[in-house]
Amino acid sequence: MSNTCLEFRNLTLGYQGHAAVHHLSGGVQRGSLTAVVGANGSGKSTLLKGIAGILKPISGACVPGFRRLAYLAQQSELDRTFPARVIDLVSLGYWQKRGLLGRLTAADKIRLSTCLDAVGLTGFEKRPLDSLSGGQMQRALFARTMLQDADLILLDEPFNAVDARTIADLIVVIKGWVAEGRTVLCVLHDYVLVRDHFPETLLIARKPVAWGATSDVMTSENLRKARSFQEAWDEEAGWCEDDAGREGQTCGHDHHTHLPRQHKIAGHV
Amino acid sequence: MYEDLIGPFLRYGFMQRALFGSLVLSVSCAPIGVFLMLRRMSLTGDAMAHAILPGAAVGFVLFGLQIVPMTIGGLIVGLLVALGSGIVSRFTVQKEDASLAAFYLISLAVGVLLVSWKGSSVDLMHVLFGSVLALNDAALTLIVGVAVITFLALAVFWRALVAECLDPLFLRSVSRIGTPVHLIFLTLVVLNLVGGFQALGTLLSVGLMMLPAAASRFWTNEVRAMCVIAIVIAAISSVSGLLLSYHASLPSGPAIILTAGVIYAVSALVGTRGMLPTALTSRRHKTA
Repeated sequence: MSNTCLEFRNLTLGYQGHAAVHHLSGGVQRGSLTAVVGANGSGKSTLLKGIAGILKPISGACVPGFRRLAYLAQQSELDRTFPARVIDLVSLGYWQKRGLLGRLTAADKIRLSTCLDAVGLTGFEKRPLDSLSGGQMQRALFARTMLQDADLILLDEPFNAVDARTIADLIVVIKGWVAEGRTVLCVLHDYVLVRDHFPETLLIARKPVAWGATSDVMTSENLRKARSFQEAWDEEAGWCEDDAGREGQTCGHDHHTHLPRQHKIAGHV
Repeated sequence: MYEDLIGPFLRYGFMQRALFGSLVLSVSCAPIGVFLMLRRMSLTGDAMAHAILPGAAVGFVLFGLQIVPMTIGGLIVGLLVALGSGIVSRFTVQKEDASLAAFYLISLAVGVLLVSWKGSSVDLMHVLFGSVLALNDAALTLIVGVAVITFLALAVFWRALVAECLDPLFLRSVSRIGTPVHLIFLTLVVLNLVGGFQALGTLLSVGLMMLPAAASRFWTNEVRAMCVIAIVIAAISSVSGLLLSYHASLPSGPAIILTAGVIYAVSALVGTRGMLPTALTSRRHKTA
């Protein structure tokens, strides 16, 4: 098996022809821990949705080298008023293993308890979701992600509205995943956390600004570059026509299946 | 007392049929209503109920007041409207509530036009408000069939329905079943409305779906329990509504729905999660 968990080939993602992530190429190493950093609207969440297969690429491809994927969306995407218990939410993590109809075995239930224990939610099984704090909710979602037993884990701003102690606990969980050989991509805004805990960083502002070792990427020059991009869509934006040229440069593969398609450039960084 | 409560059902065949039909409908409609409510689609049921009118009307215009053609017509148009609005909202920026409103308004206008073109206002009243006291064998068979399909589908797709309501993005990241399940669910909504319209009419069949479901929310915070409570409320409404209609010579459909409405109001007030318990909670509280 190759050492690349995920490869982007000139990937462009967006909504209705407007690119939100532009011409991204490169690979994510198996077992690496990468922070995805960028301003609001820079395309971080879009990139994760693209990897998770929720959003289809406008052009280019995201080539999977992983066996199973776990995607943890931003907490705001979840309906917390839904009348479910913690155990109902967490056991959704067995979907890939048990599917629509498969019953949970006794071993599954034991593992579920172990995972709840690992995120510090022992005894919360029967608690209704609407009674959880933001931090407890995030812990439960981490337990669900654990149950998915994925080798590629995507986390979208997991530390939003979460207190310091919970962040510390969850960072331990993330590092545990990496130690087990899993690959983790994590969107976050806190530069201190990134510098302290994430060896690799991908800095994006609609298109990749820098990607590599965190100390090389998180320079003031790069961060300044990443801040000054045009956030609004521009209907007048020109069509991006450099598909053909770029593909030749970035990787030497044949793209029989790939059709170059046009998308609008919102503006240049 | 005993005579008043049981007598009408023992003595009259039409009351037995009405009882059987409305009880089966209760069992089938109420869980669908619970999911409509949880997906914040409570008004979708209402819109769909209006939408099936032209289909029923075409059946009526061509074959008169007969259950089979009217049902098939209603089913086809209901599915068209559900799919049409679903497709418009999935592939454009328009949200489903707006596209559904557009589709059902067009549908309703066509329906009323068709019925008044060929029939009398009495016929229109019958289609709109139905008559649970005139259920024939074909109608009862249809209702039982709908209930069986509903229960099989709910049993198979339960986990997906819950996941799709609770965390749709998660479901999309692990499975492609989200969209098919949504469409299957809309089909179940249409089936149940069609099953109910002969008994309660197109306007009120949604009542037996939504009122018990909405009332059940005031009693529990668990989906399964909610479905069971909704079924019980729907069944109680059916029985008491029929008795009310018999003794007070009221139209049966509105009597059933009104009973459900009363249960809803009472639940909203005194249900364990209703207004009074919330307002009257004492200031004593546990330390942790």
